[in-house]
Amino acid sequence: MTQPRNYGFEEEAGMLKDAARRFFGERLPVDRLHGLVATDYDPEGVAPLRWDPAIWDEMVDLGWTSLAVPEDAGGLAMPWVAVAGLVEEAGRAALPAPLLTTLQTTALLRHLGPSATSALEEIAGGVAATVVCLNAGGCPGPGSLRASDGRLDGEAWFVQDAGKCSRFLVLAAEEDGAWGLYWTSADAAGVTIHSDAIVDLTRDQARVQFSATPAERLAGDGLQLWRAAEPELWTLLSADMVGAAEWQLQTTVEYAQQRKQFDRPLGFFQAVKHQLVDVMVAIDESKSLVYSAACALDHEPERRRELALMAKASASETAGFASGRSVQCHGGIGFTWECYVQLYFKRQEHSRRLFGDAATHRAEIARILIDRDAA
Amino acid sequence: MTHPERRDSAEQAEYRAHCRDWLAAHHPGEPPVRLPTSALEIMTDQQMDYLRAWQGAAYAAGLVGCDYPEAFGGGGRSDCQRIANEEMLAARTPYFPNIIGLGMAAPTVLHHGSEELKARLLPRLFSGEDIWCQGFSEPGAGSDLASVQTFAERRGDKWVINGHKVWTSLAHFAEWMILLLRTDKGHKYEGLSYFVVPIAAALGRGVTVRPLIKMTGETGFNEVLFEDLEVDDSYRLDELGKGWQVAMTTLLFERGAGDLVTPRSGGLKSSSAHTTSARAVMDLAQRTARGKGLASEDPLLRDRMVRQAIREEALKEHQRRARVPALIDHPMRLPLQNKLLASELAQDTAALALDVAGPAAGLYLGDEHAPAGGQWPLAYMNSYGITIAAGTSEVQRNILGERVLGLAKSK
Repeated sequence: MTQPRNYGFEEEAGMLKDAARRFFGERLPVDRLHGLVATDYDPEGVAPLRWDPAIWDEMVDLGWTSLAVPEDAGGLAMPWVAVAGLVEEAGRAALPAPLLTTLQTTALLRHLGPSATSALEEIAGGVAATVVCLNAGGCPGPGSLRASDGRLDGEAWFVQDAGKCSRFLVLAAEEDGAWGLYWTSADAAGVTIHSDAIVDLTRDQARVQFSATPAERLAGDGLQLWRAAEPELWTLLSADMVGAAEWQLQTTVEYAQQRKQFDRPLGFFQAVKHQLVDVMVAIDESKSLVYSAACALDHEPERRRELALMAKASASETAGFASGRSVQCHGGIGFTWECYVQLYFKRQEHSRRLFGDAATHRAEIARILIDRDAA
Repeated sequence: MTHPERRDSAEQAEYRAHCRDWLAAHHPGEPPVRLPTSALEIMTDQQMDYLRAWQGAAYAAGLVGCDYPEAFGGGGRSDCQRIANEEMLAARTPYFPNIIGLGMAAPTVLHHGSEELKARLLPRLFSGEDIWCQGFSEPGAGSDLASVQTFAERRGDKWVINGHKVWTSLAHFAEWMILLLRTDKGHKYEGLSYFVVPIAAALGRGVTVRPLIKMTGETGFNEVLFEDLEVDDSYRLDELGKGWQVAMTTLLFERGAGDLVTPRSGGLKSSSAHTTSARAVMDLAQRTARGKGLASEDPLLRDRMVRQAIREEALKEHQRRARVPALIDHPMRLPLQNKLLASELAQDTAALALDVAGPAAGLYLGDEHAPAGGQWPLAYMNSYGITIAAGTSEVQRNILGERVLGLAKSK
C-alpha cells in the first residue's frame, strides 16, 4: 500500500484543525490556563485536580470524542491524520483535559473487534477513558496486576489523567502466562486512586490499586493488542508534543522581537536567532514525521510501527530541545513561576518520556533498519 | 512511497509512461570514463562530452525543461519535471552536466530576461550545447554578496567590465555566465545589475579562467578575471540597478526553494551520489569489524545511524508536506530549510561513516583497501563545499530567522 500525496488530510481534517485552534484560542488562552492550573506553588505537595470539567463537555458536544470511534459504534471514523491535527492543536493549548488519553484508549479499543463496541459507544457518548497498562518501570508487561474470574487485583503505575477519567482500559496478567484487556470504571468496587505528585501542571497522574475489582474481559491477547496499538499511542502523543513545541517557538520568537538589550531586540543577535531557527527546524522534522506516521496508520500498515517510532523519537527530542530553549531565551523571567513557558516546559518533559523515550525508540528502529527485524 | 505513480494526474501518468519507455530504450549505458561525484567536479573533455551527449538526448526526448513554456524550448507541461526526475533516477542515469544552467540560470532568465534572450538562450541551455557558470562571489564578497566590486562602466550601448570572480564551478567549460556586478559605486544594493555574458567567446580577449584546487585535490572550480570585457546592453537581465532582486531569484532556486523543479538525473552506479545515505552507512557498519563483533552491533553507532535515518525520512517528508497548505504555517518555512537540512545531513552522515570505518576512514581514492573506494572521506570533505556555498549554513539560519520567524535583521 502507498500513502496519498496529501497524507489523506482532506478539507474536513483542515476544518477540524482550524476549529480546534479557534476553540482553544477563545476558550483556553494561556493566561487563563495559567490561572487554572498554576494557582498554587507548593513544590512538596500533591496538587489537587486542576482543570475545568466544563471544557470536556464542550469538546464532547463538538463531537471530538467520537472522531476516532468506528461508525458501527456511533462514531465518525475520521482518519488518523485528522485526529492528529486535533491533538496537535490540543498540545499547542497544553490542554488540561483527558482528550489525548481518551483518543489513545479509543485507538487501543479499535484493535479489539466487536468485544469493544460497547466501550467505544461509551466513549462516543462522551465518557473519558485512559489506559492502565504500565508497571512500576513504566513498561507494559510484568507487574503486580492480575486478573482472574473477571476480577482485577494489584496495582498499575503512571496512569495518565486518572483523576479526570471515569473508565479504565486495563492490561492485566492472567493465569498460564496470558494477558487480557479489561474494561472497568474508576468508581468500581475496590479501585483506589493514589494521585502522584508530578511536575506537569497540565495533567494528573496516579498509581491505581485494584482489589477484587469487577471488570469486563475484552477479546484477544492483551499484550499483542497493546503492541499493535503502540503506533497510534506514540503518533498522537507526538502530535501533542509538536503542537506544544510550536507554541514554545512562537512565544519565544515574540519575546525575542519585543525584549531589547544593548538597544537591539534579542532576535537581532545570532546567538539567539540561530537557536530559534534550530528549534523551528526540529519542530518541522517532527511534524513531517507525525503526519507521515499518522498517514501510515491510515494507509501503509507495513510501515506504521517504523514511522511511528521515528515520529516519537523525533518529537521527544524536539520537546526537550524546544523546552530548554524557550526558558533560556526568555532569560530571567523565563525561570519564574509567573512566566507561561514553565507550563509547556513541564508538559513536554512529561510527554517525552511517556510510553518510551527517544533512545529506547531509536534502539527499536535500529532493530528494524539494521537487523531487519520484522516491525 | 515505493509507487509514486499512484498519485499521478492523468497528464503526469501519460508523461511518466513516456519517460519510462524512452529511458528503457535509450539509456546511455556505462560511461567510457570514471565520473566524479557531481557535475561540479567535471575535469576532462571526455567526461564532459559523454555527459553533454546524455543531456542532449534527454532534452530531445522531452525530459529536460518540460515545465518551461514551449516558446522558449520547454515542453509546456505542468508539474511534470518531478516525474521525469523520478524516472531518470529510478533508471540509474548519469547526471546532467549543465547543473548551474538548469538549476539557476534557466529560472532566472525565465523570470527576468527579455523575450529575445529567453528564446535564444534557453533551448541551448536545456540541450547542454551551452554550459553555464555563475559569477557571484569575489575575493572580497562572500556571505556579504552585495559588496561585489566587479564593475561595468557604460559606453554607449555597451558596458566595459573589470573585476575578479571566484569559486566559479564549470567556468572552464562554460559558454555563458550569469554575472552579478556593480554599475553604480554610490549605492550598495541599488548599484548592482545582472548580466548574462558569453565568456567562452571572450577567452583571451578580456576573460581569463584559472583553475582553483579544492581541499580534496580535485579541480572543478575556478577564478575568472575580467579585463575591459565589452558586453552589449541587451545581455542585461531586468532593469539597471535591479541586480540584487534578480540575484535573489537565482539564490532562491539554488537553495531549492523556487517555483520550478530543476531537471535532475542521476543514480548511475559509477557515480557515488547515492552512496551517502544512512542506509549506505548501515551497510558499511555491517561489513566493518569492531571489537569482537561488527560496527553495526555498537549501540552508540546504531543510535547515530538511526538519527541520520530519521533526519533523512523527515527531509523526504518535507517535500510532501510543503504541498499541503493546511499543514504548513508559513509558505517559505519548509522550502527555505531545504539547503540547510540537505547539506548538514550529508555532512553528518559522511562524518558518521568515517567513524564507522575507523582507521580505514583515512584510506583515499587511490587505495585499493579504502571502504567504498575512498568515497566517504571525499564526501565528507566535499560536504563543506555545500555547507559553505550558496549561502553558508550561518547565512541560511539568518534568512530563516528573519524571513520566516520575523526576527530583527542581523546586519
